[in-house]
Amino acid sequence: MNRPAENIELTDLYLAGLAEQEHFIQGDEAAALGAIFAGCTFFGGYPITPASEIAEVMARELPNVGGYYVQFEDELASISAVIGAAWAGARAMTATSGPGFSLMQENIGYACMTETPCVIINVQRSGPSTGQATLPAQGDVMQARWGTHGDHEIIALAPSSAQEAFDLVIRCFNLAEEYRTPVILLMDGEIGHLRERVILPDPRTVEQTQRRKAREGEDVFGGAIVPPMTEFGDGGFVHVTGSTHKEDGLRDVQTQSVHDRLVRRLVAKIEQAREEIALVDVDSEEGAEVGVLAYGATARPAKGAVLRARSEGRSVSFCRPVTIWPFPISRIQEASRGLRQLLVPEMNLGQLAREVERFVDCEVVPLSKIGGVVHSSQEIHAAIVEATDSC
Amino acid sequence: MLKGLIDPEFFEAFTSGEADESQHLPVYGTRDPLLGLCPSEVEEESGPAHHRLLRYLRKEVLPTTFCVGCGGGTVLNTFAHAIDEMHIDPREIVCVTGIGCSSWIPSPYFLCDTLHTTHGRAIAFACGVKVMRPDMKVIIIAGDGDLAGIGGNHLIHAARRNLDLSVFLVNNFIYGMTGGQVSPTTPFGTRTTTTPYLNLEHPFKIADVVAAAGGSYVARWTTYHVFQLMESMQNAINKKGFSFVEIISQCPVSYGKMTGTSDPVTLLKQLRDASIHVDDTDGMSEEDLEGKFVVGKLVERQRAEFGDGLRQLISERRESISAELDRGLRQDTSALETGR
Repeated sequence: MNRPAENIELTDLYLAGLAEQEHFIQGDEAAALGAIFAGCTFFGGYPITPASEIAEVMARELPNVGGYYVQFEDELASISAVIGAAWAGARAMTATSGPGFSLMQENIGYACMTETPCVIINVQRSGPSTGQATLPAQGDVMQARWGTHGDHEIIALAPSSAQEAFDLVIRCFNLAEEYRTPVILLMDGEIGHLRERVILPDPRTVEQTQRRKAREGEDVFGGAIVPPMTEFGDGGFVHVTGSTHKEDGLRDVQTQSVHDRLVRRLVAKIEQAREEIALVDVDSEEGAEVGVLAYGATARPAKGAVLRARSEGRSVSFCRPVTIWPFPISRIQEASRGLRQLLVPEMNLGQLAREVERFVDCEVVPLSKIGGVVHSSQEIHAAIVEATDSC
Repeated sequence: MLKGLIDPEFFEAFTSGEADESQHLPVYGTRDPLLGLCPSEVEEESGPAHHRLLRYLRKEVLPTTFCVGCGGGTVLNTFAHAIDEMHIDPREIVCVTGIGCSSWIPSPYFLCDTLHTTHGRAIAFACGVKVMRPDMKVIIIAGDGDLAGIGGNHLIHAARRNLDLSVFLVNNFIYGMTGGQVSPTTPFGTRTTTTPYLNLEHPFKIADVVAAAGGSYVARWTTYHVFQLMESMQNAINKKGFSFVEIISQCPVSYGKMTGTSDPVTLLKQLRDASIHVDDTDGMSEEDLEGKFVVGKLVERQRAEFGDGLRQLISERRESISAELDRGLRQDTSALETGR
């Protein structure tokens, strides 16, 4: 943003050159390249397995496109600098994994409260604590939703392939600008380290949602469900605070109605856009009584198991939420209509299954697997066979 | 020049109207040497509501929340004077603060872009701002609990990194906003609400820590030494690189209530009497300096500034890419010309 035209031209030529090459890369690398194509201009990070490759690619590529890579002393500083950079005009991102994601939670809340557009990639690994540091998991589904304190809404997207990691990071940046909020790419270590062919687009065709800037006198913290933003140096003397504030940004931490109005709006701006943000890959079968719902790495063996079951004449529906938060309620309800059982394999002890259960009419069966190993297609197939035989 | 508080000769000449200000105070211009005001510019009506520096404050949030006798007001006044004398447009300033009484000094009171962040993270947020906006003055004002305690790691790493930030750490030796708990700078043996049987820990000499960590400009003054502090703030703002001024300040309420006196004047006199200029410490041992505040400029050094490094790197990478693209285009053209 705000880059001189000749810089954009040189950047486009450089990225077009990258796009012409063959890329057989990890999900982490694809996500980093996605950020570069999305116009990311600032990355603040701290090394952590299995997300370090994102920092490495950002360190290599950002200077090539006129952006800034800074490695900080910890994850607290990384997310802080990202938010500061966003207010200074950057499209800013950080990347981490479980322990670092935990450290970032306070300032993710700050970004929600101050309505700061930014992107956080969490390449989930097995926890709690240091857990199985090098092994994948999907244990941060609820941390992404509720990790920071206080009422808030969050946007989180989960890729199932390296290509999707690239594509979804671009979407994360655009959602962050559109709704002025932090957006999380909730990747798992399996996808982060999975090496696949990734096709990069012509950079000029990549949509970049521009920041809507406030006109003089326009409120930056109210007056619209998603208020326009200002940036440091615009001359508006903006006051940015994580304390409860009025529409003009100035604190009012005592008046009940001010807090109520602010927090309800912050929740409502995401809530009312639930359908727009919802990305769900649905592959339903007419008359199926059993369905499988899976996301991230787990969706791949799940899809394989569903296809195999179908080839054996079993009727099985498949559904893959790409948007995890806000939970795509109506799309999942639609996809589960008529089912008697919905199997939910995930690499945790049933975090998303519980959310699914709140909204669907059928029985929800969690197929939990932890310990750093992705479900095999056979395991999920066996569960499908058992379910279809009993239905 | 300003090692003492005020040159007594100048004070006499000034009050009798005979002072040649340009000769005595070439840096500061004209001002009342006691109040820090410039009499020629004070409006006819006197009193705080007509202070000529009010234009630097967000009037709608006044009066300040500082307790009577707090050093925060002195720091705000000194900071406003520093900015005013430097003729810096406040639209070119971003003040970044954390949590605690001292963070309120610029935020919300100082009328510039203000980023009031979470506890301890002000410097980290400021790094993001400064990298993106090297043209703006990015100034951090916060307290000892915020910058030396919970945010201590960011402080030493920012000093090491040497990004062009100006940090003014207001050290009142206590967590004041939460009611007077022991802080990382509370002197050994001090009674606080969480050291009711006296503090068993040793304090940071925080300016010395920053000097050792690589700060480009490091100084220490107190709220008693307002002119020296103002000059030091200006030097810090002008210095390219990480600059740091520790401002020893008084907290008559939360600190004073446990340590013997809540009288601000007595506390200020204690700061004065305990201060010793760095130039006067030659040959003094650590024991000699026990309980003293070594004031003055502790360090000034030239080191490559981090933001310059980042921009240099970008420019080199872009030039190299540009050259590669040119070569590629020439090859394409020559291929066309030779009909291949």
